[in-house]
Amino acid sequence: MATVPKLDVLICGGASCISNHSHDIKDKIFEELKKNGIEDEVRVIETGCMGPCELGPVMLVYPDKVFYQRLKPSDIETIVSDHFVKGRPVEEKVLVSETTRAIIEKGQQDTDFFKKQTKVVLSNCGRIDPENIEEYISENGYAALGSVLTSSTPDEVVETIKKSGLRGRGGGGFPTGRKWEFVKNTTNDQKYVVCNADEGDPGAFMDRSVLEGDPHCIIEGMSIAAYTVGANKGYVYIRAEYPLAIKRLEHAIEEAREYGFLGENIFETDFSFDLEIRIGAGAFVCGEETALIASIEGERGNPRPRPPFPAISGLWGKPTLLNNVETYANIRHIILKGWEWYASIGTETSKGTKVFALSGKIKNTGLIEVPMGTTLRELIFDIGGGVPDGKKFKAVQLGGPSGGCVPEEYLDTPIDYETLIELGAMMGSGGVIVMDEDTCMVNTARFFLDFTKSESCGKCVPCRVGLVQLHALLDKIVKGNGELEDLDKLEKLCYSVKKTSLCGLGQTAPNPVLSTLRYFKDEYLEHIQDHRCRAKVCTNLVTYTIVEDACRSCGICAKNCPVDCISGEKGVPYVINQDICISCGTCYDVCPFDAITTES
Amino acid sequence: MQIHIPDNPQYRELGAYIQDVKHQKGPLIKVLHKAQSIFGYLPREVQYFVARELNITESSVYGVVTFYNFFSTKPKGENEINVCLGTACYVRGADKVLSMLEDELEISNGETTKDNIFSLNTARCFGACGLAPAVMINEEVYGHVDRKKIKKMLSEYRTKEE
Amino acid sequence: MNLEELRKLREKGQREMMQRSDTSKYRIVVGMGTSGIAAGAREVLKAFIDEINTRGIKDVIVMQTGEKGFSSREPVVEVFEEGSEPVLYGNIDPEKAKRIVEEHIGKGNIIKDYQIIVGK
Repeated sequence: MATVPKLDVLICGGASCISNHSHDIKDKIFEELKKNGIEDEVRVIETGCMGPCELGPVMLVYPDKVFYQRLKPSDIETIVSDHFVKGRPVEEKVLVSETTRAIIEKGQQDTDFFKKQTKVVLSNCGRIDPENIEEYISENGYAALGSVLTSSTPDEVVETIKKSGLRGRGGGGFPTGRKWEFVKNTTNDQKYVVCNADEGDPGAFMDRSVLEGDPHCIIEGMSIAAYTVGANKGYVYIRAEYPLAIKRLEHAIEEAREYGFLGENIFETDFSFDLEIRIGAGAFVCGEETALIASIEGERGNPRPRPPFPAISGLWGKPTLLNNVETYANIRHIILKGWEWYASIGTETSKGTKVFALSGKIKNTGLIEVPMGTTLRELIFDIGGGVPDGKKFKAVQLGGPSGGCVPEEYLDTPIDYETLIELGAMMGSGGVIVMDEDTCMVNTARFFLDFTKSESCGKCVPCRVGLVQLHALLDKIVKGNGELEDLDKLEKLCYSVKKTSLCGLGQTAPNPVLSTLRYFKDEYLEHIQDHRCRAKVCTNLVTYTIVEDACRSCGICAKNCPVDCISGEKGVPYVINQDICISCGTCYDVCPFDAITTES
Repeated sequence: MQIHIPDNPQYRELGAYIQDVKHQKGPLIKVLHKAQSIFGYLPREVQYFVARELNITESSVYGVVTFYNFFSTKPKGENEINVCLGTACYVRGADKVLSMLEDELEISNGETTKDNIFSLNTARCFGACGLAPAVMINEEVYGHVDRKKIKKMLSEYRTKEE
Repeated sequence: MNLEELRKLREKGQREMMQRSDTSKYRIVVGMGTSGIAAGAREVLKAFIDEINTRGIKDVIVMQTGEKGFSSREPVVEVFEEGSEPVLYGNIDPEKAKRIVEEHIGKGNIIKDYQIIVGK
């Protein structure tokens, strides 16, 4: 990996600073950096307008948080030699005021959001008009397909993808080039390529954004794959919950046909290929490849045992290549920029970038793309801005219902496929959900089991019955009726469900339980032994009381109480009768004066 | 049991669509999507019609209809409210949003209001996690939902009905 | 379609993008992914078009794009001006859109309060 710069220098590139010759300053900085031999240690970034145009040209230095104003090229020599080399800011050019402090704080957050990111898959998202193919073409669109069709053999493409180190972005991380090779080497008169756009993991929305923001890159990636493996027909399986993505992709497919990127004799070669969209109907299990294939065939989405793998016998019994959206989105960049470039990004075992969806208790929710090997801490705190409202970070959930929760002490782990598995989580499709002190880990485990038990297709016993039992045990603990031996039962059952289930859903569904048991066992013990939920989430373990001083006797709580256990009258604070209270929390939610407190 | 299929525009539309896609491979789910968009739900009669037109057994149609959450065998209200119960929404209080909606509409999850304006359901993640908690009404997503916003949303749809 | 045609198309597209900035001084690009739309991007897009029409401004085009990734700051709007760095605005509503037309497009003043500062 490239060396990490020690300093980031942000030069304002707003209209006003440019007219005050900020570009000369930038050039001068490069010159001085070179002179001092520290080009690798300082990263120079030109930003949009920072705001205080009257002080321009302005420049910000991180991590020192120093704000320079009214710069002249002649100032730069001293700033580089004293500040950048020796670490002593040049005081007379530094401005400290309320305004600059605000700019520094805001700038830190915003620039971290961008600076730590490397946009490959998302490079067009939020830049081009997704409904206009010519904008995609202007960004080198379909150039990768053109060059592959006219000047590479399928073997060469396989070799390129293999060397790039790209691995499946759907979660499992199987090497993409090897998968392509399997399908290519299977002989059959009919083969298919399929794109998994079912994105079922709650908390993941990167595939939706790519389909909505840059649909042509999927068409191009699939076409290259089809040429490589020898397929002439492709299917994109999109979930019904994404109406806009479906609409944009439909439009893009029509445009591609019109321009001759889909259809017969593409790029005047023998290669013909066409695409069809198949819309899902709301079944999580259809993200599993054999279930997805059944669903495209119009059947119930039941998985089947593997082998045979889809590469040998997939859609309608024909060899089928199945990759997810993000995997296909990477292809054209690898072709255009070369496998060497791609393999230079990332860690030893995991190459390239990964898109993550940040959500939950985090300031900057959204989509980000970082090189593999970025740490969870950078993801959550530098880019995500940390936990809002001054709350304490508790855990981060990765990999959806198949993944796990990682506590604070492991946040400095660089992210790749292997490290996350070691931590009891997994890459999954890239959902990152941050949980703070108000999240109960036992309840979270129950939430995931509630999800997987209702999404189990019911075909195999361990998953169908086992998940219901796991859920029941967790429910018992959450309700305050747990016994110590339940923890043993939980763990044992988890392992047998994992070992004996037919498909990925059952094999990974116990992971949220195992990872919370591993890192947050004390919370389980508190629920069982002390009847206490420290996050005050498990309502049966929480008592509600009205704070006399804060109560304005409005009576809204009493009106909403389902068991009529709150009494009071005008001018006197209301009281909850604890003997009748069922701890439903309604009064807490409806009180307009926050006069109700929770205790556990 | 003999099921009578009335000759009306809805069935004619579905029938024409089926003729259109019949030659494709595995068209059943496609056809059911179309049928639900025409009829609003998939009663036995429609399932029978689909089976007959596609020349497959009624049981295989029923098997698919009941497998997928998206298909409903019960009529829905004119506006379908879906509360996202994905993880991000859950962490940000989706369960409370659901109970607020149940309060406001005076129905439980899975039911339809008496005036037939709304039906209330829960959904898996619809990918608006950045705006959690989220609610989808028909195809429109609403983010950062709270009690105030719920009241506003519902009254907008109620006025539309009037 | 052959390689030569693709190259021409690409060059034409790139030229048009340049020309677009010749005839139009400003380009307003509204993020219209699911998150943007849910946060009110449609109303914002409409407000831009309405306000530009009301004011009779000619050298502006309004366009749509996908999601930039800033879910928590949606609706996100980017204003491009020939020869300047693009300006990124967050949490825009129809009222703010009108102000952007009035201040930024009309008078050339960037509205700092709405701005998201970004590094390149």
